[in-house]
Amino acid sequence: MSNINFLKPNKKNINLFLFLGILFFTLGIFDFCLNNFYESNITGFLPGFISFFSPLIFCMIGLYFIRIEFSGFKILDELNKNINTNNFNAALSVSIIILIIFSATPLLNWFILDATFIGDSKEACTGSGACWVYIKTWFNRFMYGMYPNAEQWRVNATFIIVLGLMGAGYFFPLKYRKYLTFYYVIILPIISFLLIYYLISGGEFGLEWVETGAWGGLSLTFIVSFFSLIFCFPIGMMLALGRRSDLGVVKYSSLSFIEFWRGVPLITVLFMSAVMFPMFLPDGTYVDKLIRVIVAITLFEAAYTAEVIRGGLQALPRGQYDAAKSLGMGYWRLHLLIILPQALKLVIPGIANTFLALVKDTPLIFVVGLLELVGMLNLAKTNPKWLGFSMEGYVFAGIIFWIICYSMSKYSQSLELKYKTDR
Amino acid sequence: MKLKKILPQIITLLFIVLIFGFFTMNAQENMDTRGIQFGFGFLKQEASFDIQFSLIDYDGSMSYARAYLVGLLNTLLVSFIGIILCTLLGTVIGVARLSSNYLIRKTASFYIEFFRNIPLLLQIFFWYFAALRALPMPEDAPLLFGSFFMTIKGLYTPAPVWNNFDIFLITLIIALVIIYFFNKFAKKKQEEEGKQYPKFLISLGIFIILPALSFVVGGVDLSWSFPKLNQLALTSFTYKGGMGIPPELIALTLALTLYTATFIAENVRAGIQGVGKGQKEAAASIGLTSGQVLKLVIMPQALRIIIPPTTNQYLNLTKNSSLAAAIAYPDLVLVFAGTAMMQTGRAIEIVGITMATYLTISLTISLFMNWYNKKIAIQEK
Repeated sequence: MSNINFLKPNKKNINLFLFLGILFFTLGIFDFCLNNFYESNITGFLPGFISFFSPLIFCMIGLYFIRIEFSGFKILDELNKNINTNNFNAALSVSIIILIIFSATPLLNWFILDATFIGDSKEACTGSGACWVYIKTWFNRFMYGMYPNAEQWRVNATFIIVLGLMGAGYFFPLKYRKYLTFYYVIILPIISFLLIYYLISGGEFGLEWVETGAWGGLSLTFIVSFFSLIFCFPIGMMLALGRRSDLGVVKYSSLSFIEFWRGVPLITVLFMSAVMFPMFLPDGTYVDKLIRVIVAITLFEAAYTAEVIRGGLQALPRGQYDAAKSLGMGYWRLHLLIILPQALKLVIPGIANTFLALVKDTPLIFVVGLLELVGMLNLAKTNPKWLGFSMEGYVFAGIIFWIICYSMSKYSQSLELKYKTDR
Repeated sequence: MKLKKILPQIITLLFIVLIFGFFTMNAQENMDTRGIQFGFGFLKQEASFDIQFSLIDYDGSMSYARAYLVGLLNTLLVSFIGIILCTLLGTVIGVARLSSNYLIRKTASFYIEFFRNIPLLLQIFFWYFAALRALPMPEDAPLLFGSFFMTIKGLYTPAPVWNNFDIFLITLIIALVIIYFFNKFAKKKQEEEGKQYPKFLISLGIFIILPALSFVVGGVDLSWSFPKLNQLALTSFTYKGGMGIPPELIALTLALTLYTATFIAENVRAGIQGVGKGQKEAAASIGLTSGQVLKLVIMPQALRIIIPPTTNQYLNLTKNSSLAAAIAYPDLVLVFAGTAMMQTGRAIEIVGITMATYLTISLTISLFMNWYNKKIAIQEK
């Protein structure tokens, strides 16, 4: 016990070193918290530079003391292995811990502690935090755009029915399973289109007509992404097959189509659909803005989908083609029954990324004057009664988009695992 | 059998011709009724609108072609800065994602999951309308690091003032040429005689010494002009001198960098993971140091995996820079497809030129990258 080497923490005096380590670490964090929240510096007597880094130094000394190999404590060993292997790692870990404490408190204050939740006007927001009243007041607008309040049940009803129809595929009896693709690719889009046409747009069956210019908010985001997703997939598949075809004209027209759409930004495509496309139609024809936008996004994303699917087609071994041909299968049977099912399985992550990109691209439709969620935010921001709450709006939209995209990517990962077949 | 091959091609061709014919016919008719002539003559007319931020001399009395050039340069500027920054950030995050330190690993993956699941446009709006608007007015802005001002009107930095800049540039180019030939020479020597030179140190030396000589001998002179607060009216202040970077550029670069870096980080991670563990062990077992293992064994193989998808991200970044139009950064889309089109009303020509420009940029970069890819691909014997 008499000669303890403090430069070499060892197992023999583990309790002492643990005590010292935890003491120094706590001291470091305590020092930082005092500095940060109470603006009092307990190490102020030291020169400025050292004083500034004192929390880091204290924490590192603490971590140094507890860096004992094979200590016998499972938690300590895990801790050392994961965040405390050497001095450099310890410094990084401490910096991150300090950074988390540093940023977490203002965020927490802004989001919850200092935020205003109750009230119905701008005057209610007196705290220094977020004004969630703003989101609450404008919630309907953010969800449904300029759609009349009394008619919003129609939007909800449509979404519920379409979601139900989409889920219905899971409950198909085994006997009809082979029609599932047919159902998703042909029947579902038609039913959804009719629903949206008659229920959301209205004008018949005693429903009030609501023009597409009034649609907006998150529901418009969903409508645009839904149709673009459904249509871009079959088109992309045809383009991918076309690009790999050995018929010259088919191959090069698919190739140039794909390269064209992949080479231009979506915003110019939307510009084209807004100002250039009407010039290409016979005089007096009018195609609804929303349809033009959906067609533009569909063609744009179809090119990307085509490239992803082509990757899957290329990854399949030649033997699959040869085997199917030797069974006497023609082009379409070969592709539909043998090649595509395997290729599509391979490209699930790529397809999911394309779909995610599509959802994230929908806010761009503001260039043609359609206001989905982000567009509505920008509109609400300029309302004279509610000036100065742009931060809350963007954070709100960010959270919504993040939830949508994150859950989509997690779902695609689970699909990937589900359909994974080892070769 | 023949028919089976020819018929689909004829149908495709017919389809394409019909659609194009239909569109052209209608366009012709529509333009006739409106009395517009198709043509690019308008490019020479006076633009008569101002552009806030331009890299070359420009004012309203110049032509539409000049305005187009200003927009194009602004687009290239923001893409260039964005590509460099997102490569740096992406590499750091990608390596951090593979760190043995739990906290670093999780922080990196949190960053990736956070920034890539939020639409880029929303991020641009956030930085421009929410974050940068919270900055102080010019008169209240504190001095940062002795020479910067971060204000609501942008970032003001010292600007370099050169004397005989061209001489400096020439020595720089000469230095690069010498370094290129030296490296070639060193490689040849190593292959023939097994002799190794400290390539990096010598190159760095040449790179520093030659331009430095130009200061001593060539009469090159560099001084800095610092931004100073200047009162225009009672409540209106600006900065004089120095270099002003507009907030639009800052917001756009920030958003593009943070967003694209997430994808590059994933590419870097996949590339490093894609190099087999055996490679590292084999290299270590023949006695290479860990630096040599990274430089000679891991990186050349990892780069082969990293470069193709990363090129795609560079292209995406360039195309995404067109979102600048949403926050009024005068890029190609805003200046040309926005303002110029409003004034001239020539939708077909202008949208066509804009798309052709982006198409050219994209195809050029992908051609270059294909060439590079072929160069670094494994040469099988």
